Amino acid sequence: MRAEWGARLLVVFGTVALAVLTAVAVRVPAGAVELRGRMADDGGWTPGAIVTRVGEPLTLRMTSDDVVHGFAIGQSARPAVDLLPGTWMTTTLIFDRPGKYTYYCTRWCGPNHWRMRGTIEVTGSGARVLADSVPLFLRLKLDLDQAHPSDALPAETPTAARADGLPSPVAPDGGDLRTQSPAQVWRALRKHPVNARLTDQQLWDEVAAVWRAATSRERLAQGGQLYRDNCAACHGETGRGDGVMAKALMAGTAADPPGGEHTGMLGMSGHGTVAPTDFTNGRNMLGASAAFLQGKIIRGGMGTGMPYWGPIFTESQLWALVDHLWTFQFDYESGAGSSGASRTTRDSASKPAMRPH
Amino acid sequence: MTEPGVVGSERTVGTASGGVGSSGRRRADLPQLPPALPTGNALDLLRWPVLNTVLRSRWPQLLVRVAALAGFLIAVLTGLLGTPVGNHNLGIVLVWIAWWTIMMLVALPFFGRGWCSICPIPMPGEWLQHGALLTPRRNGAGLKKAWPARFKNIWLQNGAFSAVAVCSAVVLTQPRITAVVLLAFLFVAIGTSLVYERRAFCRYLCPVGGFIGLYSQLAPVAIRVKNKATCVAHTEKSCYRGSADGAGCPWMLYPGALAKNTYCGMCMECVRTCPHDNIAVTLRPFGADLRSPAGRRLDEAFKGFIMLGAAMVYSAVMLGPWGDLKMAAYDIGSARWFAYAFAVLVFINGVLPGLFLAAVSAGRALAGSTQTVKRSFIAFSYALVPLGLMAWIAFSLSFVFASISYLWPTMSDPFGVGWNLFGTVHASWQPYLTRSVPTLQALVLVAGFTWSAVTAHRIAGEEHEQRAALLQAAPVIVCCFLFTASLMGLLIA
Repeated sequence: MRAEWGARLLVVFGTVALAVLTAVAVRVPAGAVELRGRMADDGGWTPGAIVTRVGEPLTLRMTSDDVVHGFAIGQSARPAVDLLPGTWMTTTLIFDRPGKYTYYCTRWCGPNHWRMRGTIEVTGSGARVLADSVPLFLRLKLDLDQAHPSDALPAETPTAARADGLPSPVAPDGGDLRTQSPAQVWRALRKHPVNARLTDQQLWDEVAAVWRAATSRERLAQGGQLYRDNCAACHGETGRGDGVMAKALMAGTAADPPGGEHTGMLGMSGHGTVAPTDFTNGRNMLGASAAFLQGKIIRGGMGTGMPYWGPIFTESQLWALVDHLWTFQFDYESGAGSSGASRTTRDSASKPAMRPH
Repeated sequence: MTEPGVVGSERTVGTASGGVGSSGRRRADLPQLPPALPTGNALDLLRWPVLNTVLRSRWPQLLVRVAALAGFLIAVLTGLLGTPVGNHNLGIVLVWIAWWTIMMLVALPFFGRGWCSICPIPMPGEWLQHGALLTPRRNGAGLKKAWPARFKNIWLQNGAFSAVAVCSAVVLTQPRITAVVLLAFLFVAIGTSLVYERRAFCRYLCPVGGFIGLYSQLAPVAIRVKNKATCVAHTEKSCYRGSADGAGCPWMLYPGALAKNTYCGMCMECVRTCPHDNIAVTLRPFGADLRSPAGRRLDEAFKGFIMLGAAMVYSAVMLGPWGDLKMAAYDIGSARWFAYAFAVLVFINGVLPGLFLAAVSAGRALAGSTQTVKRSFIAFSYALVPLGLMAWIAFSLSFVFASISYLWPTMSDPFGVGWNLFGTVHASWQPYLTRSVPTLQALVLVAGFTWSAVTAHRIAGEEHEQRAALLQAAPVIVCCFLFTASLMGLLIA
């Protein structure tokens, strides 16, 4: 009988010990918020909304439940954190301004990766984040869904370096270059009698030089990085709209009724998703202004599959990204040579600077 | 219906009484019976004093079962509360990689139902049923009903295994599903123990037990009586009815008539209850049970097809390049999964047996067999047992060495909370023997085919002389070759 009780104690004690050990292991530290990342189709972030106060530490205990995700907070300089499957990591945030912040996934985790968004509502006193900035496209009342084809096209890629040897063109009325499309600027140059001696292509090269002068190496580098991190999966590294996720969007357009809810071959869901824009298409791009492109990035494609980036990028990042998009139309580098390299972008003063943004 | 390994039926040796009989007489009080004889050419492992002591004592078995129970509970708890990421979850890694490796590469080929003797799943139910953990008593709980006669076969196990098999893509990869399945096993086992006598769950329901039983016929370890005359003369049948020394056979077998390993759980109760020391734990040649034509049954024949077919299906789904097939297998409940499940069930229960039936029929025609088609079909299906086991070993090799390294970090941090219990939490994934595995798989499959071919020829030899036996076996051997080639293609090519 003593042996029997020994056996029972062994089993009962072992089971209870395991249960206690488990309870200790899975206990969430006091004050911490447990944040789990899953692919958007499986729920995205859990929880999707977090509330905290200005100045109070917010401890996040995070993990991924499927593949590698990245955690970052929009419009924040804080670097992204990788969340590895099955591994917990903890980070503490302190917000100094109230407002609604967006946290998002920075890893291309699946076709609906961009839907992995959540919000942190920060209450308290102080100037609210994102409250005082009205995007240019709204101030201009641009219709972002309006077609904007260019009726003038260059015969070849406009190359800024080729314009360096040309006489300075007579600029149009000036104004904010961000509100004008390259085609508009080209037409203005073409109309001016002084430019009559220049060919159409030479004027396009002049336009490229004007656009080059309106940016900087640093901004192009920043925009390029943002593009590769956030846009290339759909639009492609070369901007042709042939990124690895593009198939999902195009599969939807081919198989599903227009305007209807559909899921593409790779699972990209949305209303009327369309093929990603081809930034190398001059008819499409040269008719768009920088403000228009920035508006598209901020607002997204409204169901076309194009995410909205307004809560993610700062205004400076947005303009840098737009600057990078022009590199799919304009050649700022070739022909510049070693000596010409220093004359590219804004540090070249050889061209008239129409009011750069 | 007479069951293999059982003389007549259980009724011939007395009614069930909850596993513990009323015979309380000690060995010294028993009448003198014919002395136990040596067990032929087989080696009785109980002759070794250490093994004799270890196997007769309940403590070593209990300690191993407690360890297995701890593993079971850890698998369930980490499955439910750990990360849902399969290869980072100890539950998945412990059950489907570590346990499966031990089961398929060691326990099953060498010890047959050895696992069943330490399986923790029936443990709580047995505790309730026996009223004790260590030494069974008569005051346990439960109705102790006899298992329904119509279900005294393994058709339910075949169905249960098929049901798990068509869901396996999810069961094997999602920790919570694995935990739920394990818990389902546990609670069904407890419920069965409370209603029916003995280990009815293990004998008639457990999907794992079904295939372990089938392949345990190949194992070199078996429990057999030393002298049948001793059993015949022993009227109390304490090995079946139980005694003060222990429970009657939990597997509802009469050891005196045991001829195959299929349903013997190797729990050692008969070793403990036999008052005449007439039970031996024998070491014998591999596959010895297949040499006996006794006890061949249709349900066991179909178990062979189900297992062989499942090995093919698993290889195709988990190792093959067919994305749509994988997606269908994972998408449980969808139309494409129903189509997949239907196709799998038709394949393992219809296509494979159909092909085999055609081969058997051709052999019968060639050899001029006088046996019925059904009898020939059942008999020759046992030739698939070696190939089936080798197919599962080859399939297991494909992922065991590739995935076993997931065990090191998950052991150190079972819940993914930052622990480093064994200092291995940062061990990265490391496949082992990657160059050797395909060769090993090919050798295993070739060995399985050869073993099956020899078995088929031997089975044919039970009816025919040399040449006719070869003629009858030839189509079956060709069929085995086709199955082997298919597996070779799926696993290696």
